[in-house]
Amino acid sequence: MAERAPGNPQRRDFLVKLAQGAAFAATGGLLWEYILRNEARASPFALRPPGALAEADFNAACIKCGQCVNVCPPDILRLQPAGGKLPIGMPFYEPRSGACIMCPDIPCMKACPTGALSPELKRIEDARMGLAVIDIENCLSYQGLRCEICHRECPLKGRAITLETHPRQTSKHAMFIPLVHSNACTGCGICEKACPTEIAAIRILPHALVQGKIGEHYRYGWRDTGEITQDFKPSAAPAAPAKPGEAAPGMDYLNAGEP
Amino acid sequence: MSTPPAYPRSAALDSIEKLHARTLPARLWSWRYLVLRRLTQFGVLLLFFGTAHWGWEAAKGVPLLNGNLSASELAGVLPMTDPFAALQIFLAGHVLHTESLLGAAIVLGFYALVGGRVFCAWVCPVNAVTDLAGWLRQHLPVSTLFSLPRGIRYFVLAAALILSVIAGVAAFEWVSPIGMLQRGLIYGMGLGFLSLIAIFLFDLLILKNGWCGHLCPLGAFWSLVGKVALLRVRFDKTSCTHCGECARVCPEPQVLNLKKLERTGWVVSGECSNCGRCTALCPEDSLNFDLRPLIRARHAATLAKAANPH
Repeated sequence: MAERAPGNPQRRDFLVKLAQGAAFAATGGLLWEYILRNEARASPFALRPPGALAEADFNAACIKCGQCVNVCPPDILRLQPAGGKLPIGMPFYEPRSGACIMCPDIPCMKACPTGALSPELKRIEDARMGLAVIDIENCLSYQGLRCEICHRECPLKGRAITLETHPRQTSKHAMFIPLVHSNACTGCGICEKACPTEIAAIRILPHALVQGKIGEHYRYGWRDTGEITQDFKPSAAPAAPAKPGEAAPGMDYLNAGEP
Repeated sequence: MSTPPAYPRSAALDSIEKLHARTLPARLWSWRYLVLRRLTQFGVLLLFFGTAHWGWEAAKGVPLLNGNLSASELAGVLPMTDPFAALQIFLAGHVLHTESLLGAAIVLGFYALVGGRVFCAWVCPVNAVTDLAGWLRQHLPVSTLFSLPRGIRYFVLAAALILSVIAGVAAFEWVSPIGMLQRGLIYGMGLGFLSLIAIFLFDLLILKNGWCGHLCPLGAFWSLVGKVALLRVRFDKTSCTHCGECARVCPEPQVLNLKKLERTGWVVSGECSNCGRCTALCPEDSLNFDLRPLIRARHAATLAKAANPH
């Protein structure tokens, strides 16, 4: 070391300062990023006003100004205060205490300055704030009682909620079972608010939490017979194994060996 | 270049003496900007609150001031948007609609006229909290724990913008104690007051002017805007005695660097919030609000006069 020229102390100081600054920025940035992710994690449970963009887009777009809250005629919207269950500062509603009355002119959406509540929503019937889900173990109708309050109160009665009649033995009256149809249900929550059970047996949940998807690969054979027979050409399928010793395509232990 | 004027210590002491000898009405009068600032701070919040809860209207069916400091609409016609929030939202990946963009331009234009950090001193409600902490700190034997460069706020500002891109949400708006307080006062506080307590204690016991003067990225944003502001504090070097009282009350004393002030003739730094503490206090009336072009003309005239006394 002795014979080497002494290093440039200014340069060394600068590099150390640079590393310290970078470390400071990295620790602060990571902590900040963690808080943001933690905060956003709660958002799948939120019910947003009509026209709200998809969850991630809404999180990005909402400026937390509360103009929708102020103009809401039934006054059901609230901004989430700090430290609550949902991400901070954004509008939400809880149908059990205050359901959306589906104003035809959608004032909340019109009040939104950023487009987080998208003006592409032209008719309130097309809003998809959430989806009504019935707890059939606690729904009075499913116990065979005459209730059907959700059906009667539904603003889209007969489309969003229909009644299905199940005749029973002669000593009991038929069951009148409410069914929710996702192609019409806006998630306004009037059913949840009206439900007479102690804890609502019909509830609004965000679509992502409850809605499944059949998938492209299923075919309704009884519905689209013609198309399917045309699509599927057994003659086109390779019958023989690609290589000797390998099973033919579509063969497994269930049908191997069958002619 | 003429030799720099000497500032006899006696003159400075005379100035300080003048301050201490003020009558009560003169003392009260020197608080005029403080009173006005509190009035605008709480007045703006009151307008928001009244519109939200008491149905205040500009005309029938038209809310008076709808929204909050993040975005609002005055009398149904004038949109206003926090441009820093709008910038974060844009970086988070959302194309803002015209109303909020127009609102951001309007707010930006307004503060470019009156001074960027006028928002901080005259509108932001956190300012009342940090002013209280700062005032208490002056009257308590709080020793300096450590110092932090005041420029760190620009790094926090940069971090807020970068994180908005990475996290896909407006990074500062999601954690902002300013948002928590102003939204909390209008729409329900929740646990938001905890962040205010944290800021209060930080400013009182840990770092002097810690939040507003070192960390707040919104203040940093308005500092950058303030660089081009029209309304500024003018400095008159002929009457100044270098008593230093202005820097003592200033929450951003680096903007009152007297050497720099003598050269420029006005407070150039955007970090000045036009709070008016110094202008109201200065015993020699050397600091005054003025418009930048007028200051420039005046300063040029003084320089010309100094160069050519006849």
